[in-house]
Amino acid sequence: MRLIWNGIVTAFALVFGGDAEVWSITGLSIEISGLATIVSLLLGMPLGILLAMSRFPGRGLAVALVNTGMGLPPVVVGLFVSIFLWRSGPLGFLDLIYSPAAMIIAQVIIAFPIVAGLTLTSFQTLNPNLGLQLVGIGASKPQVLWLLCKEARLPLLAALMAGFGGVISEVGASMMVGGNIRGQTRVLTTATVLEAGKGNFDLAIALGLILLALSFTINFVLTHIQQRERIRWPKPS
Amino acid sequence: MKALRCVALLFLSAFMVFALALRVRGAKAPAKTLILSTTTSTQDSGLLDVLVPIFEKQTGYSVKTVSVGTGQALALAAKGDADVALVHAPELEKQYVTQGKLLNRRLVMYNDFIIVGPKEDPAGIKSAVKAVEAVKRIAGRSAPFVSRGDNSGTNVLEKTLWKRAGIEPKGSWYIESGQGMGSTLSIANEKNAYTLSDRATYLAFTGKLNLVVLLEGDGALFNIYSVMEVNPANGSRINTVGGNAFADFMVAPATQEAIKNFGVEKFGRSLFVPAARMREADLN
Repeated sequence: MRLIWNGIVTAFALVFGGDAEVWSITGLSIEISGLATIVSLLLGMPLGILLAMSRFPGRGLAVALVNTGMGLPPVVVGLFVSIFLWRSGPLGFLDLIYSPAAMIIAQVIIAFPIVAGLTLTSFQTLNPNLGLQLVGIGASKPQVLWLLCKEARLPLLAALMAGFGGVISEVGASMMVGGNIRGQTRVLTTATVLEAGKGNFDLAIALGLILLALSFTINFVLTHIQQRERIRWPKPS
Repeated sequence: MKALRCVALLFLSAFMVFALALRVRGAKAPAKTLILSTTTSTQDSGLLDVLVPIFEKQTGYSVKTVSVGTGQALALAAKGDADVALVHAPELEKQYVTQGKLLNRRLVMYNDFIIVGPKEDPAGIKSAVKAVEAVKRIAGRSAPFVSRGDNSGTNVLEKTLWKRAGIEPKGSWYIESGQGMGSTLSIANEKNAYTLSDRATYLAFTGKLNLVVLLEGDGALFNIYSVMEVNPANGSRINTVGGNAFADFMVAPATQEAIKNFGVEKFGRSLFVPAARMREADLN
């Protein structure tokens, strides 16, 4: 128990004492996972909408693949991305291995099926005739799409949170493709593993707590946006 | 039509992935980088945190340190995925040098391995003196032993000990952790088991373990670190000049002095002994 207390004390000392390295590690975590989440939204939302709103041969297979992708083990993603990005690999000429860009690529592969899968379900929970009704009252196709997105915004925000939560907390892929290089690719999760391996358990706990606090803050803001509306009940008379 | 537009959107997004990735890379990657593949103990002990910044300042290179088990570190260098290797498994290293994959193997430093275990010493290895005799007693009593099991330098030496003892370790007493030295020490601690550790990592865990040093000082427990250059033929993208510069740096007199002084302040003793001017035969 004293260990956990020491960890909490260390966490506060690091954050408020302005430890430059911890701040830069935290910043890099946000930058990498934030960018990865944005790219995942750009890839995952159109894919989810496409799968929800159209019917084509092979659609069932595509949906099954997306659903499988939602549970992709990060280490497996890390392994395959490494093999491709190693200098001896097919994409070695890009010189991306052990760089933040490599970590973003791996995290996008982890997060975009999550976003696509949740977008798909959120669109399928809408009234199937809603699109037709909107066209009926004179909406153009882009307007229909926009209105449907607005209608599905609560589950779409949940997709955003799940995607970000998946990558900010992920360690296996970041370790393999990033290499946990000090000042370049060391993020909160890989630094936690390193410090635990070095026996600096209080520092490891501190880094873990910073990660939790970060995750909580971001989800708190998003939840706040998501939960602004409540289901209205008739007022008791 | 709608599907077509969506596909176009997907492609646009994919293009943005690359644009973003390249932007981040452009912002972060300095002009001259080199990849050092090394073992976990040089990193976990904090030695590289001291040496690498000196090298970067002297030469202007940016070093990407990849610290993995020695087996993997050597394999990476042999595939041309690293520019220089700093590792500690002489037998394995010599195989790569003989194959011509790695070149110009030079001694950098040494320390020693120790066998640690519970204070009660159920297998009575304290009186064994020789490491081979100690592992014989551990196996004879089926006393729990935690192995790294990851083909690291420590694991390679441990396997040599079993081989020399004529024992194939098997059974529920032989636990393979598959993890780094730090985690393996923690596991041995929780299981009241014996394990083989490098001294630097064990010292870094001072005060966090109930395990005590039960056997040390046997010549078989020497832990020799060497630096090797990578054969440019291993791949087309190897930074030979940078890799060789790092190898030269590791054996330079000023670096050797820094190695000697490392850890004295924190642990009251050196963690590594510089060995650039020694011959391997003198060490064994």
